[in-house]
Amino acid sequence: MKTLYDKLWEEHHVSQLDSGESLLYIDRHYLHEVTSPQAFEGLSKKNLTPWRLGANIATPDHNVPTERGNNFGFNEIKDEISKIQVIELDKNCNKFGIKQFDIRSSKQGIVHVIGPELGYTLPGMTIVCGDSHTSTHGALGCLAMGIGTSEVEHVLATQCLKVSKLKNMLVRFEGVPKENVTSKDIVLYFIGQIGTAGGTGYAIEFAGQYIESISVESRMTICNMAIEAGAKVGLVAPDETTIEYLKKNSMLNDDMFVDAMNYWNELKSDEGVKFDEELIIDISKIKPQVTWGTSPEMVVSFDDNIPTPSNSASDDIKNILLAREYMGIDSEKKLSELSFDKVFIGSCTNSRIEDLREAAQIVKGKRIAENILEAIVVPGSGLVKEQAESEGLDKVFIEAGFVWRDPGCSMCLGMNPDQLKPYERCASTSNRNFEGRQGYLGRTHLMSPLMAAFTAINGTVGDPS
Amino acid sequence: MTSNSEGLIIDGVMAYIDRDNIDTDQIIPTEYLKSIKKYGFEDYLFDGWRFADDGKLGITKEERILNENFILNTQPYDKSKILLARDNFGCGSSREHAVWALRDFGIKAVIASSFGDIFYNNCFKNGVLPIKLNKEEIQQLFKRSADNVLSLSIDLIKKEIQINNDYLISFEVDKNLLDRIVFGLDDIDITLSHKNDIIAFEKSRMKKLPWIFAND
Ligand code: SF4
Repeated sequence: MKTLYDKLWEEHHVSQLDSGESLLYIDRHYLHEVTSPQAFEGLSKKNLTPWRLGANIATPDHNVPTERGNNFGFNEIKDEISKIQVIELDKNCNKFGIKQFDIRSSKQGIVHVIGPELGYTLPGMTIVCGDSHTSTHGALGCLAMGIGTSEVEHVLATQCLKVSKLKNMLVRFEGVPKENVTSKDIVLYFIGQIGTAGGTGYAIEFAGQYIESISVESRMTICNMAIEAGAKVGLVAPDETTIEYLKKNSMLNDDMFVDAMNYWNELKSDEGVKFDEELIIDISKIKPQVTWGTSPEMVVSFDDNIPTPSNSASDDIKNILLAREYMGIDSEKKLSELSFDKVFIGSCTNSRIEDLREAAQIVKGKRIAENILEAIVVPGSGLVKEQAESEGLDKVFIEAGFVWRDPGCSMCLGMNPDQLKPYERCASTSNRNFEGRQGYLGRTHLMSPLMAAFTAINGTVGDPS
Repeated sequence: MTSNSEGLIIDGVMAYIDRDNIDTDQIIPTEYLKSIKKYGFEDYLFDGWRFADDGKLGITKEERILNENFILNTQPYDKSKILLARDNFGCGSSREHAVWALRDFGIKAVIASSFGDIFYNNCFKNGVLPIKLNKEEIQQLFKRSADNVLSLSIDLIKKEIQINNDYLISFEVDKNLLDRIVFGLDDIDITLSHKNDIIAFEKSRMKKLPWIFAND
């Protein structure tokens, strides 16, 4: 009896090395401008070329400005150092012949958004990228994980990854969510429960009634944040919902699709197989979640009290004090007593069309609050942007006072000009609230697109219903 | 294969940062990931804590405002080769820059009770040894550090840490991971020695599941 992860592992197992590790064959390799230049340089130095060119897909996302408009070229990137990195990716793709959706392409976007929507991510594949949120692709039943730059070079050169097998964890989300509770709330709650190291060493398969009921996009939000629970790999077994998604996105011709579908239908953990760890989480009582601190595990329901040293376990006290200080939480008891300065709707966690629809619904016909200096919406890809515009979502946001941007990672990590200023407080739909993540001394509160939209209108978090 | 004899013993002062969850954004903030080089990150290690101002790639530490209290800015810790932290060190991003920054600063070993998975793996590819000890041992080391500067001698072969010549802790680490540091092995060379296996595997996969390769 095997788990889905076991099966994917065996299907890609090339050989066992003397070291005890395994060589795993990699079906798809995504590249972006930040973690690839040193890998390409290494490849050149060794006089090697990519093993299977077609496996590689590249796009610039981390560094790109999100106010590009039409006919934007490299030379218009104002930050000279960012420009070099974006140009370097372009040069390397041209030199080696790698397919790239470049800064001018209508399909450019965050690598984890474009992969699935363009049909490059298919169930049953192994997928790697020099980015920890590669776990996102597991939502389609792939074995997908983030790798470092040395491994990017290794995969380019050999089409394989040298790895040891992870342990298996099953997380079943059971129950029906309350109103205004999204997959982002569920995954934040989960991380709050098991902690940011709770999944370390595991591949987590997400299952249960709730997972079955949600879209592929929502599953991506959950798998995306598996890494925030410490797990390199998050997985959802393909089902009818996945297959419907792939009918639209896979690019396969009819014959191939039928073959593939037959294969996908078998891709699941065996009934009754034993996982190393199994968790069942009743999601029916979860309220919208918002982080208060500097780690994704520092999360509470939007109307709960913010932890204080006096109501916490002794080994947490130091962490709590440091986080409260960094976040500028003084005597405030609840998050709704804090005043927000900025709102960011975007990132590979929540920049897909349904995220934008959810947010738009909240802001429709309203105006952002006076204390909000800036609220930006950054679609995850050119295609998401196009779709949103065809539905008139851009207008809804703009009329409410939001700024509508071009695709990229943007304020998720602030490598481009979209950054928080010191001490600014941001309602963000991204995945990391680490110190300085969105800008030097910036303060990040993670939440769903729905709550971020509400915060923009209300000036602080609260009950969207 | 020759062993890199320098790599067998790591001798030096141990600096300590008493925190859980020191993430990759703390080890090196995103600004510095704009570099296309693999070296030269020493001035940006723990940037947000080491300096009292906002840095930029290319600005050296001499041009910055030092946070005098931060341990790596105080003697003798400014020359530390070993770093002690608590739980889940290196969680977060896959950026190898985090390890490059530690390496370039001169850190050769990090001791913690647990590590982020991807970071842990990245360490061995860059000659930095991550050592997992249990929470009690970590607590002991913090306690002793508070009283005295600790000089450690880490023996990679015996897998032992000698502390100020009077105290010994042994540790576990996967042998083949350790070999990468001891012998400076190159993964690509090792893997390419299995070239025929990879070719055979790929051929049979293409035949069995052609749709995987259809969008190439
Ligand atoms: S959106 Fe954020 S988390 Fe996602 S790939 Fe970009 S920087 Fe990384």
